[in-house]
Amino acid sequence: MEKQKQKLIVQAAPYLSHGITAPKAMLDIIYALIPVALLSVWFFGISSLWVIISATLGGVLVEWLFNRERADNPLKDGSAILTGLLLGLTLPAGLPLWMAFLGGVVAIGLGKTVWGGLGNNLFNPALLGRAFLLGNFPIAMTTWPAPIGDAGIFSVYPSTFTWPFMQVATDSVSGATPLNLMKFQHQFTDVGSLFIGNVSGSYGETSALLLLVIGGVLILRRSIDWRIPAALLGSVFVLSLIFFMVDSRLYPNPFFMLFSGGLMFAAVFMATDPVTSPLTPKGAWIFGIGMGAITVLIRLFGGLPEGVMYAVLLMNATVPLIDKISQPRAFGHGLKKDGQ
Amino acid sequence: MKQQPIQWVKPPKAEQEPSSTRLVLTMAVAGFLSGLLTISIYLVTLPTITAYKIESLRQAVFRVLPNTVSIQEYVYRDGQLRAVKDGEKAKDEASIYGGFDIRQNMLGYAIAAEGAGFQDTIRLLYGYDKVQKRIVGMEVLDSRETPGLGDKIYKDLDFVANFKALNPLPEIKAVKKGQRTADNQIDAITGATISSVAIVKIINQSNALWLPRIHATHGHCFRSLSC
Amino acid sequence: MLTQNSAPDNAYDEFIKGVWRENPVFVQVLGMCPTLAVTNSAMNALVMGLATFFVLTGSSALVSSVKDWIPKQVRISCYVIIIATFVTVIDYTLLALVPKIHKELGAFIPLIVVNCIILGRQEAFASKNTVYLSVLDAMGSSIGFLFALLALGGLREILGVGALFGVNLFGEHYEPWVIMVLPPGGFLVLGLILLFFNWFKARKPEKSLNPALETPHG
Repeated sequence: MEKQKQKLIVQAAPYLSHGITAPKAMLDIIYALIPVALLSVWFFGISSLWVIISATLGGVLVEWLFNRERADNPLKDGSAILTGLLLGLTLPAGLPLWMAFLGGVVAIGLGKTVWGGLGNNLFNPALLGRAFLLGNFPIAMTTWPAPIGDAGIFSVYPSTFTWPFMQVATDSVSGATPLNLMKFQHQFTDVGSLFIGNVSGSYGETSALLLLVIGGVLILRRSIDWRIPAALLGSVFVLSLIFFMVDSRLYPNPFFMLFSGGLMFAAVFMATDPVTSPLTPKGAWIFGIGMGAITVLIRLFGGLPEGVMYAVLLMNATVPLIDKISQPRAFGHGLKKDGQ
Repeated sequence: MKQQPIQWVKPPKAEQEPSSTRLVLTMAVAGFLSGLLTISIYLVTLPTITAYKIESLRQAVFRVLPNTVSIQEYVYRDGQLRAVKDGEKAKDEASIYGGFDIRQNMLGYAIAAEGAGFQDTIRLLYGYDKVQKRIVGMEVLDSRETPGLGDKIYKDLDFVANFKALNPLPEIKAVKKGQRTADNQIDAITGATISSVAIVKIINQSNALWLPRIHATHGHCFRSLSC
Repeated sequence: MLTQNSAPDNAYDEFIKGVWRENPVFVQVLGMCPTLAVTNSAMNALVMGLATFFVLTGSSALVSSVKDWIPKQVRISCYVIIIATFVTVIDYTLLALVPKIHKELGAFIPLIVVNCIILGRQEAFASKNTVYLSVLDAMGSSIGFLFALLALGGLREILGVGALFGVNLFGEHYEPWVIMVLPPGGFLVLGLILLFFNWFKARKPEKSLNPALETPHG
């Protein structure tokens, strides 16, 4: 028999469609990230812009390399730029640029292209890149510089321009993040300053207020599924409220838990990634609550100060399963027979 | 490449099934020869292996208990630490090593302890000077802490130096680097707080068990510096 | 892969196939346990590879020379006894000669006994071929295995520590890629090497004009 090209494409369920094209949805999120990026430049200076640009360049380069033989422009859908931006916003402001670039390469290379490109990846590419960087360079990735303060927007952290593959030469002044203070020194940062965002941390994770506003706008425009952030933030709040009521000296208050770390950023931008989150409403709730529970467990009882990244990645892995068990029942199928 | 189908090994029909005796005999011969070889290699390598073990133990004790030239194993029986001869010790019985200087004066004890670290169990050995009542050295024997971060518990010489004259009473505490105020405190490693605290916890737990025994043996009183 | 050929002019082929064309790690994807577990440094990889070389070559030589006396019903048990004996010998030898590396390899030395490459070569080749060919086949496979371990161990040590066989390569300011010497690094590097192996294989038939070669083979 002669070999023929198969024309029939058999796809796995679900066959649901959002009705929005991928580039349009991506563009919406990219616009939403611009104010976050601007605020981070305001707090941490021009260094943060360099880090974001490096991460994005890394991602775009790999996307282009793997897809350069494709007829249409592989960068047109904007997903590589979005991933790079998302990754850049979760990195410490003083991170050496070569590390940010490597993070972008890994995010797109290992997080997306090896899975078969856009729409086929199991894990959130930006968070995969971040997890790789955190595992690889634990010191640089946990050196959170203090906000620049009076030094001016154009001041640059000395660690930013480190030679590729070399260590950060000088000991930069690092500020302990609010979650670090809680974990290792048992100090709780004032919820008010967390809300505005003038604390140490990655850019994206500092201002809860801005992220709440942006999240609200995105939900109103239907660019993201409201159920996932609602389930994630709600479950974190309820769970930490329970612990707080058990022992208020040992466990932080639930508002601290909501506004600290990368939780807000992850809830609005990471968890809602349509490729790596469930498609059904019921699935979205399960997904969000699972992430919330893992986040609280890691933060309060784990060895790491922040757990939302691993919470998202772990729940990403369960998405195919969630999609399977949360399929709405087709009309007339699967009902119990009468009298049983 | 032409691929041949896998051929399942089947005894040809014409051939007779070998008797059970033959099967048992084959296995017995194979087992006997294998046993013979195993025992021979064991006997040949045993002296080298034993010598290495004793030597590495002696060197480890020497590193945590300076001036040691010979060591002696001790176990705790009937309210006293007693020296054990070869083979006298029960298999699971906990023991510590006493170190002696060149004039056969007892210097103190090297105590092995283990406990949970950040990634896996940390095993360490520390020396307790019975005269000064201080911990005078600590060495991590085995750990799987994060390279570049948690592994500073043995690579960071500043951290290891914390244990060169450390008062173990009432208990050791890890404080932020540069904030040491008392002689029972150590500087934790920046960025590896968990591993540092794990070391302190392991030594404190082991001290709670062994220090009263050491003091009981040598007639010192415990949990007080005034006597 | 289970082709058998006892023609003496194929001796070279029996040797070379295990090194490259049927490389146990990169092509057959066998022996993953030591491949992933002990390749965090080039030295560990080398010692593991040499230990496996000794066990595999020794077992193949012995199995092929006594194959006529072993009844088929108990052959697997006999092979396992033979392999286990060689493993015990190398275990004690390493403990006596290089105790530090023995400690790092830990449980993986005794676990050579369950390395499927070894039993696989006995069952597929040594039990049906002459001693000469079996030894060549075993040496080919174990050199292929050693080559794979060294590639992994070398890459992981260079990236993860900035050194090769403990010799510092990039100066003291090199920022080590910590993840490479941790377990995930094993999976990452092996995955990347397999990616390039398959990419290399996939490109070859593209260039050739013979369509028969395009059929993929397992």
